Amino acid sequence: MNIEKIKTDLLIIGGGTAGCYAAITASTLGAAKDVADIKILVVEKANIKRSGCLAAGVNALNAYITEGRTPKDYVEYAKKDADGIVREDLLYSISERFNEITAHLEKLGLVILKDKDGKYVTRGNRNIKINGENIKPILAAAVAKAPNVQVLNHVNIFDFSVHDNRIDGAFGFGIENNTFYAIEAHAVIIATGGAAGLYRPNNPGFSRHKMWYPPFNTGAGYAMGIRHGAEMTTFEMRFIALRCKDTIAPTGTLAQGVGAKQINSLGEVYETKYGISTSERVYGTVAENLAGRGPCYLRTVGISAVQEESLLKAYLNMAPSQTIRWLENETPSKANVEIEGTEPYIVGGHTASGYWVDTKRATTIEGLYAAGDVAGGAPQKYVTGALAEGEIAAKSAVEYINAVDCHTPLQGVRNDVDADPREDVDAKATIKEAEIARHVAEIETYLSQKNSLYTTEQLEEAMQIAMDEYAGGIKTGYGYSEKQLNIAKEKIDEIESLTDKLSAADLQEVMYIYELKERLTVCKSVIAHLKARHETRWHSFAENLDYPEKDNANFRKYVNSRLENDEIKIILRDLTAEGQKHYEHQH
Amino acid sequence: MSISIDQSKCIGCRRCHDVCPGTLIKINEDKKAFIKYPKDCWGCTSCIKECPVHAIQFFLGEDIGGKGSKVHTEKVKDEKNDIVRWIFELNDGSVKTIDIDPKESNKY
Repeated sequence: MNIEKIKTDLLIIGGGTAGCYAAITASTLGAAKDVADIKILVVEKANIKRSGCLAAGVNALNAYITEGRTPKDYVEYAKKDADGIVREDLLYSISERFNEITAHLEKLGLVILKDKDGKYVTRGNRNIKINGENIKPILAAAVAKAPNVQVLNHVNIFDFSVHDNRIDGAFGFGIENNTFYAIEAHAVIIATGGAAGLYRPNNPGFSRHKMWYPPFNTGAGYAMGIRHGAEMTTFEMRFIALRCKDTIAPTGTLAQGVGAKQINSLGEVYETKYGISTSERVYGTVAENLAGRGPCYLRTVGISAVQEESLLKAYLNMAPSQTIRWLENETPSKANVEIEGTEPYIVGGHTASGYWVDTKRATTIEGLYAAGDVAGGAPQKYVTGALAEGEIAAKSAVEYINAVDCHTPLQGVRNDVDADPREDVDAKATIKEAEIARHVAEIETYLSQKNSLYTTEQLEEAMQIAMDEYAGGIKTGYGYSEKQLNIAKEKIDEIESLTDKLSAADLQEVMYIYELKERLTVCKSVIAHLKARHETRWHSFAENLDYPEKDNANFRKYVNSRLENDEIKIILRDLTAEGQKHYEHQH
Repeated sequence: MSISIDQSKCIGCRRCHDVCPGTLIKINEDKKAFIKYPKDCWGCTSCIKECPVHAIQFFLGEDIGGKGSKVHTEKVKDEKNDIVRWIFELNDGSVKTIDIDPKESNKY
């Protein structure tokens, strides 16, 4: 294997929505602040043109401050939906940026629907209508134009380099070029998205990857942080999407676009019975099925021909499988659309799971910033929120890089020499040869050892079954007890112990081994968090059968965790105050 | 959920290989694209939109109710704009097309 060593100022891991926007933002800061340009490197395991959760597109911006509304309204909405367990400072910081970011997206080329007066057409209180099929190509093109940004596509980062709780780089490998990468950086933004594939999916056979969230988002960012002792928050607030059956296509476009109500098999509208928060919509559907009134549907029968044609198009721009489904069978004006809950995911763009960050998106590891689905505390952030976090993290990281430079004798001479002088003298950011050798040896072991009894695929399936059956998957209607969680933990530990013997034919298969290990790490944190919240605050998302009621006296708290000596330590933290706009780490 | 690649049409331009968010498409010795991990396809259709010769079709797996219909896209021009034309070869033998103007927003 070739070994390539790279030095950069700012490393951005993950070139999805948040990562691309962080790169675009950071590249403009150098010029604006009249400081030396910083070198920015984006590392992406696929290709930034179509990577991350927006690969297929998105058909609305769901986080926007419409006329007459304020950022505070958005904060209140997200807070209510999560029943209080949010970080208000984080929500304010994204809400205040939604509209500016939307305007920037439009400038970059995103098509947004406008009325005759040139105003954006809204869908409900917080949404605007767009043609977002090409949102990733638009962002990728902007990254390509940004000065000082280099992109490494098809390189999978699997470990941070952290010394004395300060990050100084990361390790990865090229999926197709047989190269190991040791990347040194002054600051790192982690933007690898959330975690899919922890639980057995709706359709575990040929279509196992036809899921809500990208199956390629494996929780790498969470896992790397967990292993290096970063504090994480609210992993017990899992996300379960209410989706069109089989195709797992979005339902919001039907509910909000044509006003389709959730009905049971008797034709009764049941959503009002259970509430309309995100988790209650899922819970109501599960409950109706258990009560013998399933299956459940979105009532679309009777919509007009014009509405139907628009729906077929809208789905082509984000979930083409649903359009083909309608054309193969009955179209939505003739048949209601059956709905089901997905398997649970961990995703900080929809719930509050992820890195415990301060308002600047600094994690508890010095020099490491988090943005998008990997960052916790700010649910309902959606696309514009992920972009906002990319912007905030970029500004904070650049500020940090500049501050670090102030302590070196090199200030002011950086533009005078050919090479970046810091490369020679910055003793702080150095990856040791022994660490590179250790990682390379591990990869080569997977490539050379043969006759593994189990395959990566088999172990992944075993993990998904264990989580499904014992940690509140689809099979148990999302409910779990402490006894079941203990069994889940045992099984995950067992599966983890088998991963050392896995073999891989090439580096793509090595990536699959690391992805499995990442998921197993995340599973253990999910189990520990589910076990720690002794209440049921969010039906389905965290349906604790030992504690079926909400417990405001003891659990209006964040459940956080940190790995200490290989044990997950749970930390309960007080909620931020009403209207609080800033939060600093105090530990 | 997956795609099928017609290798008799493939010109080996590698564009589908380059954009697949799961790096599931590989190039064989004849420089033709093939999907190495069909079960791992997310169904995002990024590859289909890239293919300049319409060699890639998308279909629903039988386990999620697929009935054998296939779809691909072609870029066509009307008087003003470049249009994305989705061409569905349906299981009953009929063909349906839906044109999407990238300059037009979704109505929902």
